[in-house]
Amino acid sequence: MSYAFTAVILMAIVTYIPRVLPIAVFKRKLQSRFIRSFLFYVPFAVLGAMTFPDILYSTSHIYSAIAGLTIALILAYFEKGLMTVAISSILLVYLWELFILAV
Amino acid sequence: MDSAEQFCQIDQSLKYNVNHFNDFSRGFKLGIPIALGYFPVSFTFGLMAVNGGIPVWLAIFISFSNLTSAGQFAGTSLIIVNASLFEIGLTTFIINIRYMLMSLSLSQKIVPKMSFLQRCTIAFGITDETFAVASLEEKEITFSFMSGLIVGPFLGWVLGTAVGAVACSILPEQVQSAMGIALYAMFIALVVPSAKKSKAALMVVLSGILISSLLKWLPYINQISDGFRIIAATIAASTVGAIFFPKEED
Repeated sequence: MSYAFTAVILMAIVTYIPRVLPIAVFKRKLQSRFIRSFLFYVPFAVLGAMTFPDILYSTSHIYSAIAGLTIALILAYFEKGLMTVAISSILLVYLWELFILAV
Repeated sequence: MDSAEQFCQIDQSLKYNVNHFNDFSRGFKLGIPIALGYFPVSFTFGLMAVNGGIPVWLAIFISFSNLTSAGQFAGTSLIIVNASLFEIGLTTFIINIRYMLMSLSLSQKIVPKMSFLQRCTIAFGITDETFAVASLEEKEITFSFMSGLIVGPFLGWVLGTAVGAVACSILPEQVQSAMGIALYAMFIALVVPSAKKSKAALMVVLSGILISSLLKWLPYINQISDGFRIIAATIAASTVGAIFFPKEED
């Protein structure tokens, strides 16, 4: 099996386990308030940690990345959809690298 | 067995089937908006994966077998940078730990007589969105309802990936390079609206960013891999949230 395919199977397994274990096994509610709070905050924590600073290195140049980051923050603040935010950000990076960095 | 008794049995089984069909189609209808919402996200996933060098068939298989957003995005990003299997497995697992909470909450809401096999089947389709819709149900959740709810979003997710993956090979190189930012822009679109509404969410996101940045830029510490940096920052920031903003009892 190739590296990438093995990794995908592994991902599928570790994605399925947290989904299936509680519903298949648990019949009672978790008692620990700390654990329930911790689990509640995981999506926020991971989104923050994955996005920054990595976004700065995601394009050919840090300035185009900062431009893309800024427009994404503004549009997301006004609660535009995922696709709108993603496309606007790509477009700005593309134009930035095409016109501003080229000059 | 006389004919009246037979008729009664047929009538019973008919009612049973009609109930199941009604539950399924009600679930299916509720799943349609989720499926439509998934399409562009998985389209972008398909683009990003193929752009990073993942073969088209594997990109589709990732969506088919994982059916999750943040987890498979992160896992795929790590495959693209050739991270170790251990890092990929651990990062994906940490991101998906939140499903335990949802699965646990659903375990309190499903019909108690649901079989082990049925539980294992619907567990595959638990996502942030299907969970949100299912947990808003007033009645106990049946297997028919939950499978109806899951099937649309599953198809939307896989089809979107396929279209995105194929579209990628057509796009010019400069556009592909600009698309490196797509994934992160989507993360921002996911997290900013929640952070705007909840101070706790905002503080946890900012903690995640701060810790992740420190681990990336501080001398000596910056030796750790990207996978472990994200795991460490996630655990630390979620702990900050659990300590300073514990959730109320539901």
